[in-house]
Amino acid sequence: MTQRSAPQEQSYLAALESFEQNSYANDPSWAHDLRKAAMIRFQSLGFPTARRGNEEWKYTDVGPIAKTTFQSLDATVLPRVDAADVKGASVGEAGWSQLVFVNGSYARELSSVSSLPAGVMAVNLAEAMRSTPDLIQEHLAQYADYEINAFTALNTAFIHEGAFVHIPDDVLVEEPIRLLFLSTSQDEESVSHSRVLIVVGKNSKATIIDGYGGISDGRYFSNAVTEIVVGAGSRVEYYKVQQQSDRAFHITTTDVVLGRDSYFSSINIDLGGKLVRNNLNVLTQDEGSSCMLNGLYLVNGTQHVDNQIIIDHAKPYTSSRELYKGILDGKSRSVFHGSIIVREGAVKVNANQVDKNLLLSDQAEADTKPAFWIYCDDVKCGHGAACGQMDENALFYLRSRGIDEKTARGLLTRAFVGEVIQSISNEPLRGQIDGLVQAKLQEWLGS
Amino acid sequence: MLEVRDLHVSIGDVEILKGVNLLVKPSEVHAIMGPNGSGKSTLANVLAGHPSYVVTSGEVLLEEENILAMLPENRARAGLFLCFQHPTEVPGVRLDHFMRAGFNSIQRSKGLEEMDVLKFDRFLNEKVGIVEMDRNLTKRSVNEGFSGGEKKRNEILQMAVFEPKLAVLDEPDSGLDVDALRIVAQGINQLKRPDNAVILITHYQRILDYVVPDKVHVIIDGRIVKSGDKNLALEIEDKGYDDFENSRKSL
Repeated sequence: MTQRSAPQEQSYLAALESFEQNSYANDPSWAHDLRKAAMIRFQSLGFPTARRGNEEWKYTDVGPIAKTTFQSLDATVLPRVDAADVKGASVGEAGWSQLVFVNGSYARELSSVSSLPAGVMAVNLAEAMRSTPDLIQEHLAQYADYEINAFTALNTAFIHEGAFVHIPDDVLVEEPIRLLFLSTSQDEESVSHSRVLIVVGKNSKATIIDGYGGISDGRYFSNAVTEIVVGAGSRVEYYKVQQQSDRAFHITTTDVVLGRDSYFSSINIDLGGKLVRNNLNVLTQDEGSSCMLNGLYLVNGTQHVDNQIIIDHAKPYTSSRELYKGILDGKSRSVFHGSIIVREGAVKVNANQVDKNLLLSDQAEADTKPAFWIYCDDVKCGHGAACGQMDENALFYLRSRGIDEKTARGLLTRAFVGEVIQSISNEPLRGQIDGLVQAKLQEWLGS
Repeated sequence: MLEVRDLHVSIGDVEILKGVNLLVKPSEVHAIMGPNGSGKSTLANVLAGHPSYVVTSGEVLLEEENILAMLPENRARAGLFLCFQHPTEVPGVRLDHFMRAGFNSIQRSKGLEEMDVLKFDRFLNEKVGIVEMDRNLTKRSVNEGFSGGEKKRNEILQMAVFEPKLAVLDEPDSGLDVDALRIVAQGINQLKRPDNAVILITHYQRILDYVVPDKVHVIIDGRIVKSGDKNLALEIEDKGYDDFENSRKSL
């Protein structure tokens, strides 16, 4: 039984057909084929609904996205974004390399790629499709499965420009590489499909900072897909800093594959957005690999943030640590859904998951749902969840030492987020993110 | 220094303190002794302003000023200090930062000079000696992962930092081995001055071997049933609380 897709979904097809004739025309034929297959899949999947039995989308209603006809912007119509906009939205040190994308299209004049070690590439994906087609074809759309996820299918249907970072074997890249995706939406509600592919060879090291922000305070839809391959013995630190407009829809899917004895860390900071959904899937594909997945979300008003994390422990001696913390005010809502899979034979897996929420208002709501699928006996898995108002005993303890209530509440709130911020190993970045978080808390708490 | 007049306190519908009277003068050490559930800790928490307790009647005057209407932070600024029986863990807040924040807010309220990090650091270096505390402990989160003895020593350290007019010590001896007890007691003795006073709440007499009280009060079922000198504590050590409880029941 097939269902005729909605006019909003049809508009994506029309946009793709138009792009194929114009800006996409010079792409290699496999790219055309990939986009076509993904679009067909998207049309058949449709946007997910919060219907009964659809656990994955139970708490997050993407109806507003499905019901809006977003304008797909062609790369040829670049809006006016200047260096000051970029500076305001980016994090990290000014000297660090940065690829800038506006509505999903590469903005060369706003980007700066400097002093990367020999062999390291940080380029526009559309260029890499032509210059290093074998490498791209080997990895692109191989990890983020568009067969099962409509948002990934939609993103893949518009695969063209984006970021490609390649670190060859045995290269230590000490300086972080930054990617910045900016959305603009003045008159019409627009959509952008940011795409990132990061391929790290063996025994190498890299730090990637993925930034998302809006130039206007408009209503727009940012649909991002990131694929990360970490080679044997390598170490990748990945940061995602989301500062979208408070009216924006922000959907991301990040798929990570870990090689033998590799280490991957992800620190996800959500500070903006109206409706935010982060899918993070990590596959420990080979023995001895480990990951640390941390996150922090600050939401108020009617903001909604949903983190869905799946760690697939496919091999023995792999480990994972998850620590997500949220502060919720107003009528905001958060969802944390962490799944840990331990495959048959994956002995000595060590997995730990923690999600803690601090509710500053009676009307805010946090849902935490851990799920463990363990098919092996010899493992160590644990989880913890907490959700509640501020600890009244701690508050009294502080006040009994002369600290006024407002200051005490501020201290405890900051202490709550401190644990995640301290896990940011890059010092300048840690300072900056701390500053962003403190500024936001100051705005809320007034102290 | 402190005058408590006919203090009645409830939690929910249950009356815990049923008319407590107490007069503490400068330089005095008062021991308040009583069995579990007699209202000892309630008295301590009410004096410090814990929001869970409701004062239904009575007065508490600290240097002639009624403190019952004051917020907990203002009581601290007025010179009252509670040494907690079960000090709260505050993850993510460094002990030295916390103490400086409290210290400076009290200084500020009095119009006195605040201490910067370096100055407070030196100040703290002098104070840790009083309770033989490892200075590194002050760089950790407040009470997080502290042993029972370390928590108690930390409370006395804070007493040394805040130099209160009136210190209310709620079972500073509970959970302490003989060495830790001696250190805590010596700390309390070092902080005694002619112009301050101590209320020491305890279940057992043993700490009173080190901290000699001027007055001893026995609290049973929310009322002070007997007051006396240090010999009263020895009597309790000898006979327990049963006699007091029985004499109350027979009334």
